Amino acid sequence: MSGNIELLESTLAAAKAENRAALVGYLPAGFPTVDGGIAACTALLESGCDVVEVGLPHSDPVLDGPVIQTADDIALRGGVRIADVLRTVREAHAATGKPVLVMTYWNPVDRYGAERFAAELGEAGGAGCILPDLPVEESEGWRKAAEQHGLATVFVVAPSSREERLARITAAGSGFVYAASLMGVTGTRESVGREARDLVERTRGTTRLPVCVGLGVSNAEQAAEVAEFADGVIVGSAFVKRLLAAGDDLAAGLDGVRELASGLAAGVRRS
Amino acid sequence: MTSDYFIPDAEGRTPSAAGYFGAFGGKFIPEALVAAVDEVAAEYEKAKADPAFAAELDDLLVHYTGRPSPLTEVPRFARHGGGARIYLKREDLNHTGSHKINNVLGQALLTKRMGKTRVIAETGAGQHGVATATACALFGLECTIYMGEIDTQRQALNVARMRMLGAEVVPVASGSRTLKDAINEAFRDWVANVDRTHYLFGTVAGPHPFPQLVRDFHRVIGVEARRQILERAGRLPDAVAACVGGGSNAIGLFHAFVPDEGVRLVGLEAAGHGVGSGEHAATLTAGEPGILHGSRSYVLQDDEGQITEPYSISAGLDYPGIGPEHAYLKDSGRGEYRPVTDDEAMQALRLLSETEGIIPAIESAHALAGALDLGKELGPDGLVLVNLSGRGDKDMDTAARYFGLYDNGGNEGGEAK
Repeated sequence: MSGNIELLESTLAAAKAENRAALVGYLPAGFPTVDGGIAACTALLESGCDVVEVGLPHSDPVLDGPVIQTADDIALRGGVRIADVLRTVREAHAATGKPVLVMTYWNPVDRYGAERFAAELGEAGGAGCILPDLPVEESEGWRKAAEQHGLATVFVVAPSSREERLARITAAGSGFVYAASLMGVTGTRESVGREARDLVERTRGTTRLPVCVGLGVSNAEQAAEVAEFADGVIVGSAFVKRLLAAGDDLAAGLDGVRELASGLAAGVRRS
Repeated sequence: MTSDYFIPDAEGRTPSAAGYFGAFGGKFIPEALVAAVDEVAAEYEKAKADPAFAAELDDLLVHYTGRPSPLTEVPRFARHGGGARIYLKREDLNHTGSHKINNVLGQALLTKRMGKTRVIAETGAGQHGVATATACALFGLECTIYMGEIDTQRQALNVARMRMLGAEVVPVASGSRTLKDAINEAFRDWVANVDRTHYLFGTVAGPHPFPQLVRDFHRVIGVEARRQILERAGRLPDAVAACVGGGSNAIGLFHAFVPDEGVRLVGLEAAGHGVGSGEHAATLTAGEPGILHGSRSYVLQDDEGQITEPYSISAGLDYPGIGPEHAYLKDSGRGEYRPVTDDEAMQALRLLSETEGIIPAIESAHALAGALDLGKELGPDGLVLVNLSGRGDKDMDTAARYFGLYDNGGNEGGEAK
């Protein structure tokens, strides 16, 4: 079985055909438990997310704010392994038929073996990988493996990215482009700044790939605002917060993420 | 003009354009930091070509830091090391008490050139933090220092020094609450505030160009020491020895000796309770290649690339990574890296204090312990040069508890021996 890059592409194209932005959710695997994380990812996809990114928890999540750091800690203390991440991808995709990606720091993939990771992610039905600390200059080996196994390689662009870098990055990427709405780590924000709109416009000038905006979006109003100018809206910390707030009560946590996903899904359809 | 103290390597032992020393180095950073890191690299290249930069740095290194630092022979100490002659390069006598000021002044000048008004830094033992806070006071820059919560406790004196100098010290409570986590937090700050902030990285790790740039600012250690030992001992040493955490004082000493094939380059890693105990920070002895804090090097990690928590009695060496040039020196066989336990380092600390009247930092005491072993291996004809990278004032509480020097036995929770 090969990976599901085409499913990712057709899903984003279908949202565009509906004249709306896609909703992309993020949760780390193994949080609050491996099975709980699978249930939560599935709940996101069943309640309005078009795509889910499964985070591979890392000991040193340098690009994450306190919310995702806390979730990663819980997952790692619970003993989450790469096999559990792959099982999360497999089961969330199998239960919903929707595209599921992995978002991970580079060292775990490097250590596991890029080819091995790509092969196993493709086999699990994964649609691709987001590698926020793997710069395009270092990515050739990974991209070959990803392409061979039917996986998208989603690169992140930032407000600080200059035009010639944007062109270079988007030329190497596939699936979609992850536009960071602001300069900072993951976490919910009061507002999504004008930087995001500018970045999406500049990115569109270099590529025909869909451009999805992440970092800071936490509610339906922000989702609607971003949906006016982006092809997709990415929400992570806000989902994690719902699960954290529910503590040991997984059912309540799942209700929380379903409610948030529905609201966000309405948000991206508002305009 | 030529500079006496700012002596970047000009002989081809620089990393590749992509920042690689052999298989190690590179630039594994988020896109949001690429522009800032490239700006540092470009500004550094411009500064290297600007005689005014070298002149300003030279002036500071002489009249503010107190360079050149002396070379001290320590015969009473050396008697315990097989009778070999041992010389210490006295970086502990620099202003602020360690080698760290060499790099900090260089990067502070770069910060000014880039027009940035705020500096952030990580610190383990607090020596880099103190040096950074010092330079920020000198140049009127806003300063925030990230320090692991465990380190703020065991190096409380340096926390007070930084605050006295006007810096904000932020204790970091995530992860292992030590140097690694302080660096994580500094990177998070940098991503969010990069427009006006320079990350004044304190060791020869991190993304390119930091391993090269920090090394170049510390090269003066080895250049001076090589000249001094030729004058004093009449020959090159058989070995040069330095402690390695991230590796800045060691690369600073080693680099000028790399072409001298008869001189062994010996780095001493923190073995904590012993490499076999699992509680150590001996990255080159027990680590595997991987990526941490922006570059490929040896890393203490598990089989799935999770970084494992290091341990050392020494806050400055308590780090699961190592600068990429050290990884290259190790793999090429030019450098040797050996583990030194907490106990071995503490015994060397006491020995140097009692035989020579010099109290070294616990970090530097690892190098002293290694030098005693090297002396025994070389015998009475041997000649060893050790980098005494810092002074031990900051470690007096740890040492007093370790050796039971308090009148009440350190009974406020300390572990007296």
